[in-house]
Amino acid sequence: MSNRMINILVPVISVILGLLVGAIVMAVSGYDPILGYTALWNGIFGDSYAIGETIRQITPYILAGLAVAFAFRTGLFNIGVEGQLIVGWFAAVYVGAAFDLPKVIHLPLSILAGAAAGALWAFLPGLLKAKMKIHEVIVTIMMNYIALHVVNALIKTWSGGGDKTERILDSASLRSDFLASLTDYSRLHYGIIIALMMVVLMWFLLEKTTMGFELKSVGFNENASEYGGMKIGKNIILAMVISGAFAGLAGAMEGLGTFGNMYTRGGFTGIGFDGIAVALLGANTPLGVIFGAVLFGSLKYGALNMPNAAQIPEEIVQIVIALVIFFVACGYAIRLLLSKISKKKEAK
Amino acid sequence: MEYVIEMLNIRKEFGNFVANDNITLQLGKGEIHALLGENGAGKSTLMNVLFGLYQPEGGEIRVRGKKVDITDPNVANDLGIGMVHQHFMLVENFTVTENIILGNEPTKGGSLNISAAAKKVAELSRQYGLNVDPYAKIEDISVGMQQRVEILKTLYRGAEILIFDEPTASLTPQEITELIAIMRKLITEGKSIILITHKLQEIMDVSDRVTVIRKGKGIGTVITDESSPEELASLMVGRQVVFKTEKGPSHPTEEVLTVKDLVVTDSRNVEKVKRLNLNVRRGEIVGIAGIDGNGQSELIEAITGLRKVKAGTVAINGKDITNKRPRQVTESGVGHIPQDRHKHGLVLDFPIGHNIALQTYYQKPLSKGGIIDYKAIDRFAEGIIEQYDVRTQGPHEPARALSGGNQQKAIIGREVERDPDLLIAALPTRGLDVGAIEFIHRRLIEQRDNGKAVLLVSFELDEVMNVSDRIAVIYDGMIIDTVIPSETDEQELGLLMAGHSRKEAAAIQAEEGDDKHVQ
Ligand SMILES: Nc1ncnc2c1ncn2[C@@H]1O[C@H](COP(=O)(O)OP(=O)(O)OP(=O)(O)O)[C@@H](O)[C@H]1O
Ligand SMILES: [Mg+2]
Repeated sequence: MSNRMINILVPVISVILGLLVGAIVMAVSGYDPILGYTALWNGIFGDSYAIGETIRQITPYILAGLAVAFAFRTGLFNIGVEGQLIVGWFAAVYVGAAFDLPKVIHLPLSILAGAAAGALWAFLPGLLKAKMKIHEVIVTIMMNYIALHVVNALIKTWSGGGDKTERILDSASLRSDFLASLTDYSRLHYGIIIALMMVVLMWFLLEKTTMGFELKSVGFNENASEYGGMKIGKNIILAMVISGAFAGLAGAMEGLGTFGNMYTRGGFTGIGFDGIAVALLGANTPLGVIFGAVLFGSLKYGALNMPNAAQIPEEIVQIVIALVIFFVACGYAIRLLLSKISKKKEAK
Repeated sequence: MEYVIEMLNIRKEFGNFVANDNITLQLGKGEIHALLGENGAGKSTLMNVLFGLYQPEGGEIRVRGKKVDITDPNVANDLGIGMVHQHFMLVENFTVTENIILGNEPTKGGSLNISAAAKKVAELSRQYGLNVDPYAKIEDISVGMQQRVEILKTLYRGAEILIFDEPTASLTPQEITELIAIMRKLITEGKSIILITHKLQEIMDVSDRVTVIRKGKGIGTVITDESSPEELASLMVGRQVVFKTEKGPSHPTEEVLTVKDLVVTDSRNVEKVKRLNLNVRRGEIVGIAGIDGNGQSELIEAITGLRKVKAGTVAINGKDITNKRPRQVTESGVGHIPQDRHKHGLVLDFPIGHNIALQTYYQKPLSKGGIIDYKAIDRFAEGIIEQYDVRTQGPHEPARALSGGNQQKAIIGREVERDPDLLIAALPTRGLDVGAIEFIHRRLIEQRDNGKAVLLVSFELDEVMNVSDRIAVIYDGMIIDTVIPSETDEQELGLLMAGHSRKEAAAIQAEEGDDKHVQ
């Protein structure tokens, strides 16, 4: 079996296995799996509205996945994507609401504000790692909490004690009547295009530029990279900043596309943490991240339909979704099985 | 002969590449059996098959006459096979005993029973004359000691058959002598040994028989006493090998490297280089002779910008480069073959092609305006791979998959090809086969003949003697003397390296000479 074949087969088999075990769980708990999966399917692809919403849900997952994957590829573990996303969301909404500018300036500026905020939030852990060798995992985790509570406080101050920001102006919005009418007035927005552009950007940076060469090299072996004339500290900071910018963009998509404002939050969005799984499912490659995000986004969104349409309790739904993702993550074992089978065939 | 191990017609493939092509090796009981072959010939691969790390595609393995299927290292352990790897596998901040019991910890009532294990380790250590402190931490003991811990590890697990993969490559001459004594002791205690080494003299000294492989194929097995280093070398390479590289007289001209009153400290802030002075001129090879740990590494790292200079100056072609960044040093005309190829020399997870471009990836024609032309890198790498006989499947193979010696040849190609005014070669032939050593020496001399300066650091006396035009002896962070190879001998050099002055050395040599007369 060719490698290419295996690479395509593995995720497919994983998903099927996950669905099968999920079906058993549903059946054992006394629910009809066929009904359940029909509801899931309809939740994802049932009508144009569902499709629009699914794509909308996938968008931030792609960007969060890119953030984690980019850091991974450069030898860093960015667990701070969640916090970077939150500050990115707020910054984008702030610029989107506080200024009145023509759309050609206002929208890009708001998006950039989100990216810049995320980058800034990641800069600090990068700096601490580069200068003082403080591990980025600890710092980024803590920065998540700081982001959450600082942003909550900012929203309260800005709104004079309220729990939500002003709405962004139309000139800063990613929404479009065209996309809305196409998908039966879902909240689908242009963010998906930005996310896909970022996928290309990550690939380009890593695979085509001297910057990517250095970032990867430093991630693999700092000593040899220093020997090769690279600046270690600069590259660590740069890697964190780029990763943080992706995360900030994920927040900007929520702020400028899906919601148009920001509420104070009791807890994390979870997108940043799911981004870790998305990146791992996609083997930290740009294309793989799309696959991971599509899987995560559609399951998360489609699952919302299962309690309504098939009366399956929320908890069981969560278990089924987790099982599918679990099996995909186990792809390695399946890969091993496949290569054994194909070897046996060759031997015959 | 009674065989404890028989590897018959072993075949091991990596993809389309055949690393072992029907190789047969039979190890007699109580024998030291050497395995000889060029870099990349497939020695480590064959031993990894025996140790259960790789599964062969063909052939069979018999242990004490019984056919076995060694599916993983645990099976090998149970069969009494132990392996001392080329790169040690020890946990730095664990003690000797902790490292040895790792994986099968003895317990007493559910809790770890370290003291019983330590006692057993001490006993084994005494029995085989290893002199290892069971409670010492790995990070605090020398490389030679660490190797003994690896040996103990195998003995502790009841190994009867020991595999040594290039055990002497990173040892000092003193440590090598001790290791050889240990191996002999192991044999008298009834063990059998397979030894991989590139040093023919070691093979002649300790082994009973030698199996030679070339490019993955078994060439045959010879009895050591009936052979000679010359024969072994030609069996292995497939042609005659010259041991002493021919070179004409040197014609040094202006100074390229000038080191003045250099002071360098190590990471614990201990002075390792103490007001050192050194110069290397165009058209000469200066060898730095000394025992490991006398400041060689710190000196090289300070020149190349990898370590801060505390006081003093370094200049290239009269231009001050003290405390300049490595890239600035490189660009002022310095090439550097680093001492530790896995630490500084290579990004092991990168393809070998990327590694060959590690110093030049940002320059034209390999990249333009920040965009890398990977096709150009491939072409460049293919050129070096061919010219320097790097045995690899191509520029896209990960550096990690290359054999040790071929990794080294790639580094040397990368550094020499830039044609630097000053080429610093630190232990350039460590782990290389005799053919490759000859090749590297010729390259160094060629650089010299082209009017470049070469600074060679080596722990091997014969290498320093053969290749250098001038030998600077380093001792305790200072150059204590400079000698001309033709005017000295290994004995005098050895005494100088131990810190004696030339006068003292002469006196000691005269005394020894007298002793011989008396006898
Ligand atoms: N895991 C691997 N994948 C692909 N090729 C490999 C792998 N391991 C070894 N090889 C190839 O097999 C060949 C033999 O390698 P091996 O390490 O056995 O050589 P060796 O005889 O030990 O050489 P050296 O003296 O340099 O250590 C080399 O060409 C190497 O590139
Ligand atoms: Mg080897």
